[in-house]
Amino acid sequence: MRDLFAVAMMFGIYSLLTAALFMDLDAADVAFTEAAVGAGVTTILLLSSLRLTGRWERRPKHSPLLPLLVVGVTGAALVYGTLDMPHLGDPQAPVHQHVAPHYIENAPQEMGIPNIVTAVLASYRGFDTLGETLVIFTAGLSVFLLLGSRAGGRPRPGKTAIGEQPVLRLVVKVLIPFILLFALYVQLHGEYGAGGGFQAGVIFATGMVLYDLVFGEGDARLVVPARWLPRLAAFGILVYGSVGLYALLHGRPFLDYTVLAEDPMVGRHLGILLVELGIGICVFAVVLSIFYALSGRRRQP
Amino acid sequence: MNLGDHLPLLAIILPLLAAPVCVLIGRAGAAWLIALTSSVLSLAAAAALLQGVVQERTVSYQLGGWAPPWGIELRVDLLGAYVLLIVCAMAAMVMAYARRSVIREVEAALIPAFYAALLLVFAGLAGITVTGDAFNLFVFLEISSLASYALISMGRDRRAVSAAFQYLVMGSIGATFILIGIGFLYLMTGTLNMQDLAQRLPAVSDTRTVRAGFAFLTVGIGLKLALFPLHLWLPNAYAYAPSVVSALLAATATKVAVYALLRFIIDVFGADFSLGDMPLNLLLILLGSLGILVASLVAVYQDNVKRMLAYSSVAQVGYMVLGIGLASAAGVSAAILHLFNHALMKGALFLALGAVAYQMGRVRLKDFAGLGRSMPWTMAAIVVSGLSLIGVPGTAGFISKWYLVLAILEQDLWPLAMLVLVGSILALLYMGRLVEAAYFQHPEKNTVVPREAPLSLLLPLWVLATANLYFGLFTDLNVGIAQQASSQLLEGRP
Repeated sequence: MRDLFAVAMMFGIYSLLTAALFMDLDAADVAFTEAAVGAGVTTILLLSSLRLTGRWERRPKHSPLLPLLVVGVTGAALVYGTLDMPHLGDPQAPVHQHVAPHYIENAPQEMGIPNIVTAVLASYRGFDTLGETLVIFTAGLSVFLLLGSRAGGRPRPGKTAIGEQPVLRLVVKVLIPFILLFALYVQLHGEYGAGGGFQAGVIFATGMVLYDLVFGEGDARLVVPARWLPRLAAFGILVYGSVGLYALLHGRPFLDYTVLAEDPMVGRHLGILLVELGIGICVFAVVLSIFYALSGRRRQP
Repeated sequence: MNLGDHLPLLAIILPLLAAPVCVLIGRAGAAWLIALTSSVLSLAAAAALLQGVVQERTVSYQLGGWAPPWGIELRVDLLGAYVLLIVCAMAAMVMAYARRSVIREVEAALIPAFYAALLLVFAGLAGITVTGDAFNLFVFLEISSLASYALISMGRDRRAVSAAFQYLVMGSIGATFILIGIGFLYLMTGTLNMQDLAQRLPAVSDTRTVRAGFAFLTVGIGLKLALFPLHLWLPNAYAYAPSVVSALLAATATKVAVYALLRFIIDVFGADFSLGDMPLNLLLILLGSLGILVASLVAVYQDNVKRMLAYSSVAQVGYMVLGIGLASAAGVSAAILHLFNHALMKGALFLALGAVAYQMGRVRLKDFAGLGRSMPWTMAAIVVSGLSLIGVPGTAGFISKWYLVLAILEQDLWPLAMLVLVGSILALLYMGRLVEAAYFQHPEKNTVVPREAPLSLLLPLWVLATANLYFGLFTDLNVGIAQQASSQLLEGRP
């Protein structure tokens, strides 16, 4: 397929179907992330880059045989590997016998929160999550290094790439407050329902992106200037990192949240809220800065 | 817990959190100072950690206060501490060297972000060496890879961007394979902690899922390792990246991949499974040997000196993999020793090339004509570390090749011993071309004769060049640790 616009759409559809599949497997948090990131913001970012590169792919010089072979072999290996794996949902499968039951039994008492996924993500494996947030930070940094110094031209309020769309404007005007509010809800409610900092950051950024798309290129920049964003992302990471380092001062290992309050359970709850906040800030800043970097380039020839 | 108990964490968290601080402050000079300070502190932590591990035993650090396997554990044994030390040492040298080189090669507005990315590469690689958790290893791998793709694309040559893209594609395939492999292991054991994996894998090791996981992991790490024939991304990436990035990556990235290979195939799967039941030992010997021959041959014909040394790196990875393929304590310890020594020589060589690029702007072979006179200190450092690369007695490179040949002869594999010799002769050829150009050729007329590089570049360069000599003459410390690390790895941990 040479039409990159169609490819971007296919990616979006793929992500949405994957999200549905995750939902079907009762993995609500993962499905939520896939829907917000894969189907939502990634599509927008792909489309923004298409504005820079053009819609049609040039005919590639190399033959597609080798990549096809690699994909074929990989697929075959994957199928081979899954031939004698435990059946889906088999209660005797190793994944349901070892670490996972411990989380299910102990998380509610240890954390005082009902969403076990959040407990695993932000506390039991909180160090991985710090790493993942840093991966996102690195992604933002990479885009800044590649495009940054030249991007960020003057905003052109009122002028949009999609033209004057009265109906769209009205709908978006009504929706945006709810999108932003929903993001805050997801942010602050991650330990009770599906969601958390990652999803909230993406949704909040999507709200801003939508505003920018419909109400004029660069309008979002008037609200959140581009030069704030790298620092905001760094700040988010440092919020997370400081919560971790605070434990060191009390002679506890990194990311031990029990030192945050008298009662260990309250401390852990508070710790999870704080690190989720750090994640949310970082993700929001990175997503928005990538959008700015991509959308801000055409204007400076 | 006092400060000493936090050493494994401090070694990685300092550069990790220094990166956002660089961005937050956003000034070039301050960013450099932060990068240097955090790298030096991290080196100090790594040195103290190694000392502790040598004297006492493996160190375990439970993040968040959660006991493994529920939580993530940092676990540093002798091998981990040893590789961590070399990574930190190289990073500290590169940071000390970086200030002037970066000002010349990187756009001023981007310098703080550049240092942040450099710190993330370093912290990611260091994290891989200390973590005791398979998925955590993948996370650190992603941090370092992503940052290195961006850094490579910062080279002044336009081809840097396509080299970075090529690496991005190959590296992402590698990372995905590693993730699939870890996923399969989790599927069959229900755990991600490496120790726990090692205990639970033997029971399920004859399932297809575990074997497929093993294959995915090995190929994935092989891509990161630039194991021949999966090395295609490496020469261009090293050749077109900014000088300090080439130096940091050449000195650390493939070494850490070798570490990850050792950790997974010997520690997690167990040598009996990986190098016995699975035919990986033969495969490693075969690919290692081919890598030594082919990459060295290609290196002889390169005109860009950075590319030449990049091919040489692929060949050197061949030696390490060959040592592992021997599946003996001697072979593995030779591989570990070569990992350490190769970091020293390639670090010194790439820093020297950075000094040449600083004065000349380019590092083609013909730019070296007459440099023996105009940049005597830089060229002398190249000669010293070049001798080490060839494996001349009295240098570090000789020691590791010597132990490798001993390990080969232990199993009466004469042809392989010859092959190591041929590899050295080829190294003599390509380094010889460089030295000949520098000392016996005259620069073309009307070219500007460069001056010697500034002291801030020469000092870290010569620290490394001297280390090549030091570890060639005083071998007890280094060889002792490598052998202990190897036996600890093969015989289970004390």
